[in-house]
Amino acid sequence: MVQAQHLRKTYGPTRVLDDVSLTLSAGESVTLLGPNGTGKTTLLRILATLQRPTSGSLSIAGVDALKAPEAVRGAVDMVGHGSWVYEDLTAIENLRFWTTLGGHDAGRARLKGALESVELDTVADQRARTFSAGMKRRLALARVLLGRARLLLLDEPFTGLDRAGRKWLAEFLLAFKAQGGAVIVATHSFDAGAGVADRVAILAGGRIVLDRPAASLGLDDLRRLYDELAAGPVIAS
Amino acid sequence: MRRAWIVVWKDVLSERRSKESLNALVFFALLLLFVFQFALGPDRARVETALPGLLWIAFILAGLLAFGRTFLVERENDCWEGLVLAPGDRSAIYLGKLAGNMLLMALVEAALLVLFALFFSLDFTGALPALALVLALGTFGLVAVGTLFGALTAQLRARELLFPVLLLPAVVPVLLGAVTATQTVLAGQPLAGASSWLTLLAAADVVYLVVGLLTFEFVLEG
Repeated sequence: MVQAQHLRKTYGPTRVLDDVSLTLSAGESVTLLGPNGTGKTTLLRILATLQRPTSGSLSIAGVDALKAPEAVRGAVDMVGHGSWVYEDLTAIENLRFWTTLGGHDAGRARLKGALESVELDTVADQRARTFSAGMKRRLALARVLLGRARLLLLDEPFTGLDRAGRKWLAEFLLAFKAQGGAVIVATHSFDAGAGVADRVAILAGGRIVLDRPAASLGLDDLRRLYDELAAGPVIAS
Repeated sequence: MRRAWIVVWKDVLSERRSKESLNALVFFALLLLFVFQFALGPDRARVETALPGLLWIAFILAGLLAFGRTFLVERENDCWEGLVLAPGDRSAIYLGKLAGNMLLMALVEAALLVLFALFFSLDFTGALPALALVLALGTFGLVAVGTLFGALTAQLRARELLFPVLLLPAVVPVLLGAVTATQTVLAGQPLAGASSWLTLLAAADVVYLVVGLLTFEFVLEG
């Protein structure tokens, strides 16, 4: 699904990503761990085709995403720091907008079904302005359900979620994977991040310094490795 | 067209609920009218001579406020990213934004005409059909280039400075044509007398629209 090779990103003299390679198959998830400022968001934005790397190659679903970003955008969705929510529209109106813009069926029953899946059906006609951060994130995930994304990129998805919200999000991601979707989660909260991952990668100083199957790492091992590896020099993001 | 329509629908619905732009523009128009009235005094001949210019100064200043906000709303909650990643032809987003701005400007211009009529005891009713044509042609050019530059500057730090600096020189042909054609109409002369200016307006509209459609994708990508 994703083949990123030797990605580099620099802003003037500042190197944000340095020779990052990452592969991901359909139905697989990887959690990118790393402290703030190590290039996680930049990497996600490059994978989403929102930014171009300075060098390197990127293939998504078999298509060269650097040469033809348009061709892969239908297959990629992202839930970043913002949730792409218009505050003055209701939940269902937000979904109608993004679904129609994406060229998908925006029938009310389908939109209501997606809101039911993220447990927002009772507030379907309430303005998003009244929603909490967690509810906005759920609304963003309802948007993902209505698209045809096969690669889902999440940037700090656990921030602002309570315990129930984290559990719900983990279940959502497992269900997305079970349908053949690939997931990349970038977070610095590795308790929650490692729980949904098939693989765990640690990004430090703009480089992937560890990439291992999550099953091979206990949480204590991961904490120890994270403390050792992520303590390197921070480059920036 | 469906994608352009959903952008108009979203912008109109958001504006109807927040009334952020409309309230600010109507208040701004009122202030402007007070300034004009103090500057011109009760001399009716002076008012009638200056009226076409005053009208278009008011429209363009209102446009500067309105167009700059068009894409700023997309920065909230990173909606801009969603527009960039939406599959399909980006020109639909430009057309939707352009149509939304045309609606907003139509409301503002109607309000301004009523306010001008009240403040200066003017009667536009006889000239309305011809005036509507001139306003539509002039406003379209203004909106076409204003929407494009609104998108171009929305992601820039110095956007408040750059937006008028870019927009005002670009709309000079529209302003020249619109002011002169408005002058002809308000003087009670037939529109045929301003046909060359109307041709200039129509040509500028087509050029701005085509440039907007062709370049919007690159502007959106940043």
